[in-house]
Amino acid sequence: MTKEERLKKRHSAEKRFRFYGLASIFLALLFVLILVHNIFSKGSSAFMKTAINVEVFFDQELLEIKNGASDDEILEADFFDITIESLIKVYPAKNVEEEDALIELFTTDAEIEIKRAFLENNNLIGKKINLEITASDDIDQLHKGNYPRDIPEDRRRISDFQLVIYDNLVENQKIVKNFNNYFFKNGDSRDPELAGIGGALIGSFYSIIICLLLAFPVAVLASIYLEEFAPKNKITDFIEININNLAAVPSIVYGLLALQILLATIQLPRSTPLVAGITLALMTLPRIIIPCRASLKAVPPSIREGALAVGASKFQSVFHHVVPLALPGTLSGTIIGLAQALGETAPLILIGMVAFVVDIPSTPIDPSSSLPVQVYLWSESAERGFVEKTSATIMMLLSFLIVMNFLAVYLRQKFEKRWN
Amino acid sequence: MNFVLIFLITIFSLSLFFYGRSKTKSISVEKNIKLNALPKFYGYYLVLWCSIPSLVFLLIWTLFEPVIIKSIIIETAANQGAIFNDKNEANLIYEKIKAIYAGTYFGDIDTILKESALSYAKFINLFTNSKIVLIFGIVIASVIYSLKKIKNNNKARDDVEVILKGLLFASSLIAILTTLGIIFSLLFESIKFFSVINIFDYLFGTNWSPQRAFVRDASAITAEEYEELKDAFGFIPLIAGTSFIAFIAMLVAVPVGLFSGIYMAEYASLKVRRISKPIIEILAGIPTVVYGFFAALTVGPFFRQIGENLGLTVSSESALAAGLIMGIMIIPYVSSLSDDVINSVPQSLRDGSYAVGATKSETIKKVVIPAALPGIIGSVLLAVSRAIGETMIVVMAAGLAANLTINPLESTTTITTQIVMILVGDQEFDSPKTQSAFALGLTLFIATLVLNYIAQRAVKKYREKYD
Repeated sequence: MTKEERLKKRHSAEKRFRFYGLASIFLALLFVLILVHNIFSKGSSAFMKTAINVEVFFDQELLEIKNGASDDEILEADFFDITIESLIKVYPAKNVEEEDALIELFTTDAEIEIKRAFLENNNLIGKKINLEITASDDIDQLHKGNYPRDIPEDRRRISDFQLVIYDNLVENQKIVKNFNNYFFKNGDSRDPELAGIGGALIGSFYSIIICLLLAFPVAVLASIYLEEFAPKNKITDFIEININNLAAVPSIVYGLLALQILLATIQLPRSTPLVAGITLALMTLPRIIIPCRASLKAVPPSIREGALAVGASKFQSVFHHVVPLALPGTLSGTIIGLAQALGETAPLILIGMVAFVVDIPSTPIDPSSSLPVQVYLWSESAERGFVEKTSATIMMLLSFLIVMNFLAVYLRQKFEKRWN
Repeated sequence: MNFVLIFLITIFSLSLFFYGRSKTKSISVEKNIKLNALPKFYGYYLVLWCSIPSLVFLLIWTLFEPVIIKSIIIETAANQGAIFNDKNEANLIYEKIKAIYAGTYFGDIDTILKESALSYAKFINLFTNSKIVLIFGIVIASVIYSLKKIKNNNKARDDVEVILKGLLFASSLIAILTTLGIIFSLLFESIKFFSVINIFDYLFGTNWSPQRAFVRDASAITAEEYEELKDAFGFIPLIAGTSFIAFIAMLVAVPVGLFSGIYMAEYASLKVRRISKPIIEILAGIPTVVYGFFAALTVGPFFRQIGENLGLTVSSESALAAGLIMGIMIIPYVSSLSDDVINSVPQSLRDGSYAVGATKSETIKKVVIPAALPGIIGSVLLAVSRAIGETMIVVMAAGLAANLTINPLESTTTITTQIVMILVGDQEFDSPKTQSAFALGLTLFIATLVLNYIAQRAVKKYREKYD
């Protein structure tokens, strides 16, 4: 091998090496793109729901109530017959089987939707109105194009007859797409078209607020102690080692801790945002302390010495001068810690947040779910409609995380002083 | 009740603040003495003395009240003739008694339950009353003490600071308490587990199937039953599955993470670095349940499809899918740590290498990486500990059955998956199955602790070398 050949080889090796580096960065970026694209393309359709335009005739003979009935009377009343009568008029059905197939096109809550329309305007008896009744999950998925039509009938959940009705409805422009208010308003449900993240949102909100209220003050106080007051001794070292180790303990171990201490020993109520908040606070605490200490450390000693020189006590110098300067860093560390806590799933599963909760929690001691746990729960469900719901929930979760992270970056860049 | 008490304590403390402030002012005017601190510090002093002891007492009382009442009630119920064989039944009866007291119980109420509910009501009353009395006592005693101090013109600023410093110290102790809590809760159940299952049978058993382990009475197991039991709790398949998936993850994460770390530290311009670093770090910020969903619903079926086309049988919960996605999750941990580590290699080493004619890649391969090796190994070990502790990806994308296999296309299970599977849903108290989850947790805790310890030592040693 001549000198030139050798040099050429070395230079091509150099190029290859450089290419590997660039390629791996691109690989990582590509994956972020694939993941986000996958989630968004699956989930964006969940924000709309399919509804079928139905003519409802409030026949006095089928209703037990009269015009001007009170709200309580309406709530008590039976709208079942009216519902059935209205739904089967959508398409001429020949026999009972076909009528059943027709009714199956609609959500199981059709009766409640009709009742709600009646509640809004209770002078409807003897009148006809057009209502948009939510379609069943199968029709919803079919209309959104997520459901293959060309497989044999016995492997489909929609029969040929129902497909004929569907095509007829589309032709007559009876099928509409509305904003899916159920998705934000409702709790969990076995029917995908009725399932929503309302309960999970509230549950996550309570958990994170409790986590913030517990973790933030303790973390700030602890980091002030360790950074400003702690004497250099074995106890301080031990505390520091503990904090570093706790930050690396797998989150599921915190779930075991909560199960044994919070649920079994102290007997706090299972599946509640209260327990979730305490568990997340214990988990986030070391993860907040570390950035808090860093931002306290970044405040130059001259600030402390200046305060001490004019007669402030150690406490006054720390609380009046050092802490306010370190606050932006502290807050952004806290927000990032909370963002991690918001996405945490494993410990919450162990404390029973996987329970099927339909009601929207009104207090932190009501059983509840949380956004990431809802993702886990729905991803285990077989129905096709839950796939888009899960993806949409992930979209919500990710947008919260993005907002929190931007807030953290903004706080740091806007308010943090650079000491050079 | 507690909220009322906290509210009262707060109101009282606030009024004490104003009282203390004006009182000391008037004392200084009356007796014509110079105060040892600003008047507001006397106010703070009173507030701290009034609130802290009583609130701490209230907290401790609230934590332990239900436990104590429960043990008393179960004992009285037993004395009255209630029959329960194990802890489960005792708990059930206690829940019934509580429901009767709250008026939400609709089953048959026999005399024993009725008596117990009455005594439950009695104890609840007794505890609440004594709580109120004790808290008032504490508040009054501490206020009298602190007022006396104030009248003697104490150095209030210093005294306040001593108390506050104690508060700061107490909050940093919470880290130690958490560690103790983890160790206690894991050990407590694990010891019970290992008193039934021999620890060596657990560590070296090759069969894991806790769903088969039905034991009515854990204290009296015949030798025959034990043979069956020990067959259900063998740790080997779990550690094999866990390390296998972690290994696949590292196969993805180490090359990609290391190369991107090297590129960012050595080649990238400041602009590229400023954009690509946060984007790669997004990968670490995505919740793991999102990765799990992606692995289970997109990657798993995708691999199975490819396998079908190639004529291979690929399980839809393959170790490959879980490991691959976990590897992607870990990339930023490897890349940012190795980026830091490479950045702290002194420039003089590189300059020396360039001076003898080496190219940039040769310098990196022959000089920078060997110099940074301890740090890189440390960061890889940290990534491994992250991988074995990761839960949601494997729960959603890896299998449930413990297969002892090295075929990445088959499904395997991991320690964390099994913990979740055992503890989701109804748990029986005192069954080896439930306790085994805590034994697994203990094993996981120790494993990650050891890995972290070694990794942190390696990184620290390396840092000291060049600092």
